[in-house]
Amino acid sequence: MGYKIVEREQWSEKVFMMKVVAPDIAKHRKAGNFIIFRLNEVGERIPLTIADADTNDGTIMIVTQDVGYSTAKLMELQVGDEIMDVIGPLGQPTHIEKHDGIVLCVGGGVGIAPLHPIAQSHHNNGNKVVSILGARDKSLIIMEDMMKKISEETLICTDNGSYGEKGLVTDMIKRVYEKGEKISEVIAIGPAIMMKFVAKLTKEYNLPTTVSLNPIMIDGTGMCGCCRVLVGTETKFACVEGPEFDGHLVDFDLLMKRQAMYKKEEHECSLKLG
Amino acid sequence: MPPRSKLGEIPRQEMPTRSAEERRKDFKEVPTGYTEEQALKEALRCLDCKVPHCMEGCPAKVKIPQFIGLVAEGKFLDAAKKIKETNALPAACGRVCPQETQCEERCVVGKKFEPVAIGKLEMFVADYERKHSEHEDLKVEKNGKRVCVIGAGPAGLACAGDLIKLGYDVTVLEALHTIGGVLMYGIPEFRLPKELVAHEVENLKRDGVKFKINEVAGISLDFGELRKEYDAVFLGTGAGLPVFLNVPGEHLCGVYSANEYLTRVNLMGAYKFPEVDTPVIRHKKVAVLGGGNVAMDACRTAVRLGAEKVYIVYRRTEKELPARLEEIHHAMEEGVEFRFLRAPLEIIGDENDNVVAIRTQVMELGEPDEDGRRKPIAVEGKIEDIEVDAVIIAIGTTPNPLIARKVPELKITKKGTYVIDEETGETSMDGVFAGGDAARGAATVILAIGDGKRAAYGIDKYLSEK
Repeated sequence: MGYKIVEREQWSEKVFMMKVVAPDIAKHRKAGNFIIFRLNEVGERIPLTIADADTNDGTIMIVTQDVGYSTAKLMELQVGDEIMDVIGPLGQPTHIEKHDGIVLCVGGGVGIAPLHPIAQSHHNNGNKVVSILGARDKSLIIMEDMMKKISEETLICTDNGSYGEKGLVTDMIKRVYEKGEKISEVIAIGPAIMMKFVAKLTKEYNLPTTVSLNPIMIDGTGMCGCCRVLVGTETKFACVEGPEFDGHLVDFDLLMKRQAMYKKEEHECSLKLG
Repeated sequence: MPPRSKLGEIPRQEMPTRSAEERRKDFKEVPTGYTEEQALKEALRCLDCKVPHCMEGCPAKVKIPQFIGLVAEGKFLDAAKKIKETNALPAACGRVCPQETQCEERCVVGKKFEPVAIGKLEMFVADYERKHSEHEDLKVEKNGKRVCVIGAGPAGLACAGDLIKLGYDVTVLEALHTIGGVLMYGIPEFRLPKELVAHEVENLKRDGVKFKINEVAGISLDFGELRKEYDAVFLGTGAGLPVFLNVPGEHLCGVYSANEYLTRVNLMGAYKFPEVDTPVIRHKKVAVLGGGNVAMDACRTAVRLGAEKVYIVYRRTEKELPARLEEIHHAMEEGVEFRFLRAPLEIIGDENDNVVAIRTQVMELGEPDEDGRRKPIAVEGKIEDIEVDAVIIAIGTTPNPLIARKVPELKITKKGTYVIDEETGETSMDGVFAGGDAARGAATVILAIGDGKRAAYGIDKYLSEK
């Protein structure tokens, strides 16, 4: 009695999309929510954002990058296969308010997937969305059409210039800022290092900035504190109080160190892939 | 029935236990259980008191002299039935109850000699039944009413077990992927083998209790809808939120809540990594902060993961340790070092933010406070650093606020526990009952079971009068 995969698309060598039947989650999810999945009897619990959902067929959409053992194993699954456990929707939904200026949505690589429902929600609530999609190279720019559909304007950049402009998302933010249009909120989701530099820049510009954090999680329901992050002077559990926080208050260096805690074990586990 | 022995004639039968040397290396159970001969002998020590004080000490009101009488006659399966009349989880309770402050504390034999080993006999009987009999199908007429139990820990399981016997249609919702709550994620295999819990859950399933895992009630299922869909609801959501210390260094790599450490090892089986996918770091020197059962479980787990030095850091003395006596002794035998009268001040890290030491304040015991407990007071200027590479915080847990936050009609106390009627377990919301740690704060398995039973009675009363 697992959760059936009904659609699967390979978007690039290591990035893939799946639609999974989970009617309760599809019905109750809001922008910003995530799930925890466990592949099988010996699997670990891994968090993934709900990139989209369809209440008609009761499916949720997840987008993943193969970064280690469990995501590689997930990628092997095909349409018709089942994931043993899917739990959610977890976390606080995105706070959406009506803005008079633009909402600048910045996504880095596979971080575009969690960014999508948030941008979509702002768009549906009448806010003007401008999106910046950035990645290392062309293969990691995902969901371009989905983002364009809900964005007034979409800027794309890659580190090596293989697609869109050559440069970093912070260069694009600079450009939008310098054009002078009012920016009411910046939302940045991607690798911790990217969010750190975005927050640093927007702090200079004094732009309210929301980030979605990705610490290590186990249960995802607030019972262990593995995902704790330092926001200002306060300890917060990202799974129940987040994952979205004020980017100007987050201690990103600490987040990155805690994310790397199991490097050795991750390597040991990935050896099983052969 | 064989005649009971004279007071003090037979010594308390010692539980055979695997040696500390052997058990330090694995997660298998420490006691190996009474032999039949031992159980028969121990049972004879019970005086079959007219007024059995032992029962007053048992929150599940197990008919102790009656089941022990059946053991003395060698009717082990009947003894098991007798226990199960009031306690659905005897294999767990016999192992994890703090008997020295419950049933056995009130045993008359214990006034002059060692009390009757009620817990060990309960464990023997439950194990015997599991090995020697098939589960008997429950024969009960359904009354057509539906009850939803939220949380599959001891309170929820006890409540579900009683309700199904009363003819209700019972569905249990569990947020994790495994049934059992703390019995599965908290208490380690070496104290409570997981197959025993699975067996008792299997019996509940055969009795007709329905289980839905991966359901975070109040989130993946709307609480208001649940309340409408079912005739009554029981909240057995426990106290799973870990308390941190708020000392500098708590975010360093190598600092864990006991919940995280134990969940990794017990629920996710990380001690078998990389055979299973969830990792746990095998630290060399570990400090566990706290003195309760959770602290004992965490320190003994660290020993089994190969740590060379494991410390319990506790701000009072040995006498005040709240853990079960047996577990304290087991921890000591397994080489855990106790640093009493030490309060954590700061966790110290290196340039990579890895833990290298814990700084503690040396304490002494002052005058007794209102509760009669002597309060630890800092000895000025006496600071001690203990060199460790991991710190596990086991200073308590509080109720998870997920549901209470969404349902304002549910009154909670300042501590976050549900306000309930002491007799029926009913909350401030019509038809919604609560019990276990969710209503009393972090306590014991057997108290949760007692609460689950009380709520089953309360629900039955509520629905029959309706």
